[in-house]
This record gives sequence, C-alpha cells and structure tokens, in this order.
Amino acid sequence: MSKTIRIKKGLDIRLQGEAEKVLAQADPAKVIAIKPTDFHGLTPKLLVAQGDQVKAGTPLFRDKYNERVVFTSPVSGEVAEVVRGEKRRILEVRVLADAEPIFEEHGGGDPATMDRDAILEQLLKTGCWPFIRQRPFDVIADPKGLPKAILVPAFNTAPLAADLDFVMRNQGADFQDGLNALAKLTSGRVHLNVSAQTTGREFLDAKQVQVNTFEGPHPAGNIGVQLHHLDPLNKGEVVWFCYPQDVAMIGRTLRSGHFDGIRTVAITGSEAKVRRYVRTRIGTPVAHLVGEVGPDVRVISGDPLSGDNVGKDGYLGAYHSQITILPEGDAPKFFLTDGWLSPGFDKFSASRSFPSWIMSGKRYAPDTNQNGEERAFVVTGQYEKVFPFDIYPVHLIKAVLVNDIELMENLGILEVAPEDFALCEYVCTSKIASQRIIREGLDTYKKETT
Amino acid sequence: MNALRKLVDNLKPSFSEGGKLEKLHWVFDSLETFLFTPGHATNTGSHIRDPIDLKRTMFMVILAMVPCLLFGMWNVGHQHYLALGQFLAPADGLMDKFLFGALKVLPIVVVSYGVGLGIEFLFCSINKHPIQEGFLVSGMLIPLVMPVDVPLWMVAVGTAFAVVIGKEVFGGTGMNVLNVALTARAFLFFAYPTMMSGDKVWVNVSTAAGEQVVDGFSGATSMGHAAVGNMAGVVPLMDSFWGLEAGSIGETSAFACLLGAALLIFTGIGSWRIMLSVFLGGVAMAGIFNLVGPGLNNAYMQIPVMHQLMLGSFFFGMVFMATDPVTATQTSTGKWIYGFFIGLLAILIRVVNPAYPEGMMLAILFMNVMAPVIDHYVVQANIKRRVKRAALAA
Repeated sequence: MSKTIRIKKGLDIRLQGEAEKVLAQADPAKVIAIKPTDFHGLTPKLLVAQGDQVKAGTPLFRDKYNERVVFTSPVSGEVAEVVRGEKRRILEVRVLADAEPIFEEHGGGDPATMDRDAILEQLLKTGCWPFIRQRPFDVIADPKGLPKAILVPAFNTAPLAADLDFVMRNQGADFQDGLNALAKLTSGRVHLNVSAQTTGREFLDAKQVQVNTFEGPHPAGNIGVQLHHLDPLNKGEVVWFCYPQDVAMIGRTLRSGHFDGIRTVAITGSEAKVRRYVRTRIGTPVAHLVGEVGPDVRVISGDPLSGDNVGKDGYLGAYHSQITILPEGDAPKFFLTDGWLSPGFDKFSASRSFPSWIMSGKRYAPDTNQNGEERAFVVTGQYEKVFPFDIYPVHLIKAVLVNDIELMENLGILEVAPEDFALCEYVCTSKIASQRIIREGLDTYKKETT
Repeated sequence: MNALRKLVDNLKPSFSEGGKLEKLHWVFDSLETFLFTPGHATNTGSHIRDPIDLKRTMFMVILAMVPCLLFGMWNVGHQHYLALGQFLAPADGLMDKFLFGALKVLPIVVVSYGVGLGIEFLFCSINKHPIQEGFLVSGMLIPLVMPVDVPLWMVAVGTAFAVVIGKEVFGGTGMNVLNVALTARAFLFFAYPTMMSGDKVWVNVSTAAGEQVVDGFSGATSMGHAAVGNMAGVVPLMDSFWGLEAGSIGETSAFACLLGAALLIFTGIGSWRIMLSVFLGGVAMAGIFNLVGPGLNNAYMQIPVMHQLMLGSFFFGMVFMATDPVTATQTSTGKWIYGFFIGLLAILIRVVNPAYPEGMMLAILFMNVMAPVIDHYVVQANIKRRVKRAALAA
C-alpha cells in the first residue's frame, strides 16, 4: 500500500549555514520558558504561581476551552516568573531549573499493550498531547476527535532544516513505541512519509505504519502537501500529525511515565558562529544554545520561512527543532549597487531576472530585508510554481481578504496551513503577507463554523 | 552613495507629516524608494524574501520594449525618407533616419510619461497612497502604439483619459479592467478617427526646402491597402517580419517584438502561455480564411497565414499587450482560452470589418473584459472537483 509521490512544484532556497553533522549535549539551562503563544489559538489558564515548586511533568497551564489538555514543565524547579503582555496575556512561564530534573511519576507501560483510552489519558496527563496537532486549522488536536489518519513526516525540506535521519539516529526503539501508541489513536492508518533519499533505518524499519516516499523540492516535506497528495482532506474530516522527535518523546514518556521534553536542535544560518546539532530540552534559552552572536542579526526559532523571531534573549519554540541566525536587513539599499536594479550576483531569486539561476551550486546569505514595498497583486502565475496543490492560491487569499467564508471553504482553505504559503510569500513580487492572511482566514473560518 | 543617502535623509523631514512640503510626501517617497530599496525588515511570515520587486519587474518589461522603440525610431525615419525618395535601401542613411525618428518619437514619449506620471502623483497625493510602478510600462507602451504624426496634445488627452478613467477610478495599479495603453489608443481612435487612421498619419512627410514627396506615394499601411483590395500595396513577408512598413511607431517589426518576447519569457515575467495561445488563435483564424477565401473571392483572406500575422500590430499586441497580467486571465487554463480568442478575434475583426484595421486592439480590449468571466468558470471547475471529492468520501 505504500505510495511513491513525486512533487514537481516548489523551490529549494539555497542558503549558507547548514548545521554540521555533529551532535553536542547542551549543559542544562538555568531557566527555561514555556510559551502559550507557541500553540496557536490557545487560551491558557494558569495552574501555577510564581514561587511554586514544580517537577518535570507538572502542569503549568491548561487550555481554558479544553481542560484535559495541559502543558507541563520539561524541568523541575521553582516557577520564577509569569511574563504577561498586553491585556495581561500570558507570554511565558519561566521555571528556574534544578541541575538534575525530578520527575512527576505518571506510571509507565508498553504502548503496544495499552488500549486507546489509556494511551489518550496518559498523553494528556503527561503533557505530550500538545505535540499532536491536527488539520484543518493547524492547531492542537482535539482529544475528543477521531482522525481518519495520522501523518508523521520523517523529513523536512525547509531551508537549512534539521536532517531527521541524523537527529533520529539511535532513537528507533522510542520512535517505534511512539508509533505503536499513535496507531491506536486513529481509525485509519499512520502514514510515515519519508524522503526518497532517506537511509534512516529508524524510518525504513518502522512497523505499524504505511511508509510513503516523497521526492521533490520544498514544500514536499510539509504536512499539507503530503496530505493533499496522499488522501486530500475533505470538509468534516480530521487528520492528526506529529513530528518524529515528538513521536519518540511520546514513546519514551509512555514507557517511563516521565515527561521527557528532550529535543535535538540544529543551529543554522549564515550568522551562526558554531553550526551543529545540540541535544537540549524544550523551552531552553536560545542564547544558551547558540552562544555569542553579532549585533545586527535576527535569531529565529524555526526555519527562515515560517519560524518565529524570538530575539537573542528568547526561548526555543515548543515545536521547533532548528534555530536560524540571519543578518538583519533594516538598512536601505542603493538601487544600482544593492537594491532593485543591482546585478544581484549575491542574491538568490526564483526569478530569472537575477543571475542565481545560472549558478546552480552557489549558496546565499540573504538578510531579512523585504526587498521592496508592498503592492497590489500584479504578477500572476508566480505562486502556482511553488504551490503543489490543486488550489488557486491567489483566489484563496482574495477570498480571505473579502472575508467570504463559503468561498474560502470552496477554494480549499481546510487543506492548507500558513506554512504552505511560505514559499508564495517568499517569491511574491508584490510582497503580500500571505501566511498572515491564511492564518486569519483559518481563524475566521474556525470561529464562524464551530 | 553615502552622500546621496545623507541628502535624502536631510530632505526627508520637510516632506514628512508637519513638514513644509508635506503634500508632496508621496512624490518624495517614490523618488526615495527609486534610489534606495527601503530598509523595511520583514516582520510577519517569511523572514527572507526574494529580491524581485515590482520596480525590477516593470524595468524588465521596459527593457523588453527597447528593441521596438529603437527600431521604431529608425523606421519612422526610413518611411519618411522613402516618401521623399531618399536613402531607398534600408542600410542607407542609418543615422539620418534614426535621428529623424528619434526627434519625432521622443517628444511623444516625454508627453506620455509627463502627463501619466503627473496624474499618478496627483491621485496618490490625494489618496495618500504610495505611487505604484504600473505606469512605467504604460508610459512606454502608449508612444509605441501611436502613429508618428499624432499631435502631442492628443497624446496628452489620450494618456490622461486612460490613466484617470481606465485605471485610477478602479483603484490604480493592479485594479484596472482594461489595458491602460490600449485604452488610450482606443479612446483616440474613436474620438479622433481622422487623426488615428487612414493614410495620412503613418508616415511623416514634412519636407524641407528643395524636397518633395515622390509621385505615387501612399501613406497607407499594408492593412489599409489590403482592406481596399489593393494587394500590391501589402509589403512582402520578410519586410513585414523585419518591420519595413508604415504603421504605429513600435508595432511594425515582428522581429523586435520577438526579441522582447524572448526576454519576457526567459525571465518569466511575460506569460508564454498567453503569447503562444494568441499566436495559435491567429494561425487558426488566418488558416480558416485561407481555406474559405478562394471561394469568397476575397484577396485579404488569402494572405498566407504567417504573412497575415506579421502584418499590423498582431505581434506587438501578442507580446506586450495581451500579456499584461492585471488585465489578462489569472489562471493557467484561463490564459490558454483568453489568448486563443484574442488571436482569433484579432484576425477576424481585421479581415471581416476593414473599417477597423486595428483588430488586435479591439480583440485584446474585448478579451480584457471577458477575462474575469473565463477565470470564474475555471475556478468554479476547481470548486466542483473539491465538492465532488468530498461527496465521494462521505
């Protein structure tokens, strides 16, 4: 039943600063922070106060509208601070970490022999649940739902993304435990989607799954693209997904009964001083992982197309396995030497009006300048080249802009997530913020229909 | 460059809110962003962005029109001297011809840009919008579709009409339904038919002392001749390919248009789908005429397919006008339909209704209007596919 799917449309942005295949163990951080803002659409209800002692696996806050979903601390220690923003919105819950974590005991077992309810209960209790997400809407899965399938994308095609073959090496047993658990949660199959180039035995030898092979440029590694080509999502259907590191975390946590928020992160980007893989915990300060950085840089938790700008003093995002450091692009550029009419030998473009098409092996170090001002839609056919869906991207964006919910649904908004539009946003001549627009569309749709 | 940056930074406060020249803010802004791509760092979504922007895109289109412009200048001189019986061979008097043409064409270019950009500045200042780059291309297209003897005041009136009624009332760049340059031309064509058609406007026959127009000179275009059945007046195929014929300034040379097409297709800025489908539409209609022409005893219909397409503005319209992304269809499927009908209608109008030798202009404007309908049905088909799939799954 396994399928091989070749994605033709897309774009691999060739960036400098790939992480070297060296795995380092980070020292335990003194403070970690869990950010409710990492979980889109969440309204957090705080369960701890400043000064409380917590263990690793103790809930810090819960979803106000879905109380079984709790978010637990990956370390033990004292709650140092609850950082709030406008309207007292909770931004971060910081925990002063003990040198050695003390775990909350949740009771372990073999996922292969547990039943669905027990697994569900255990995942919710330990704080693993938020790492299982769903389509449509790209939010945390609803534990009351029954997905028609669960997807595990075993490769990442985003620029400079972590090589999951390398990251998952020697985690085969945990990964299989996690897959065994996921297999019980769905009425359909667990799809393990691997790259055609993969050599990872952890993936190729996995059981209880349908292994599908994907080939092609970014965004072939995106959930939305894989889903669209495997088994498109229709209205009323739900699919869950979970990334391999989180699958292994689920496996470890279920077996040991200890919430184990360990994560391997690739330190990448042209401005990163030491580029390598680091084994650390969720919520670790990025400064702790990347060391010294220059003055005019942007520190991104995640990949350069859809990550978050967390700043030098920020914390690793809950879902991220990559930190990217790029030059900040806030200086004006003279039009002939560096700006819009420059020859552009140092610029990577999907357009052939720049010479990057001729230098097929060259890697580039772009800054974060928008490279032009926002304009009305003028050029057509540009998004379609990097958007491997049977969906009209510009029409969908316009449907969101005019807030026509029925039209959004008809044009396929339930099948996409903001990250699927990241490349559209990258190539856009008119600099339209399509990821933000799609997110607003999904939020509006969800609000109006549920 | 740093000195320039300093100058801009020093001037900026006067043009900002509260400054003396506050009203000219957007004019200043457009000049500033012309000189310097602004230091706007991304703040939502993708942190890195492609270096392409609308300014570069529009510049590429202008670059693609340069062969047509340069050839047009030369051809204006060439046609002029032919009428006077001088420098008969194309290679003779190269510089004389080019300079003569440049002196005729440049004022039209200046008026077109001056009036068009002036109006854009005005509207943007009133609406407090940054100035978008759309007119950079329209401003060059307008001179290229004018006959050389068009009075400058008409260029000004036509441009003003096109920019205000054709574009600004719809919301400016990116929002217009009709191609701006063709709106200007169509307006002048219908408002001042005697100055935009016939056999007096295509060749400049101004004479200096001692010069005179040769006997038997006719200033009509090939299509003007063909429309009245004078097939001897139609230039040979290769002349129409290179563009050695009377006509609007930039439209005559299929070769120059193809050079532009090569750049547009190569950079991906012009849609090859539209160009190809316009061409195929033209081939289809001209082919049909070739088949039925002998029976109807109509000589115009019997012009061989390739020759038919090389005449008039077919190539120019195909490369530069039909491909205008704002007024064309947006979907790939739609582009095929849209282009094919432009080619078909252009030849149909030109041959069947000789009162409108500019079949291409009318065909493109008509299909501009139809483009949203075509896209609508293409998108509806996509929606139906999705609904059907959902019904199957349920």
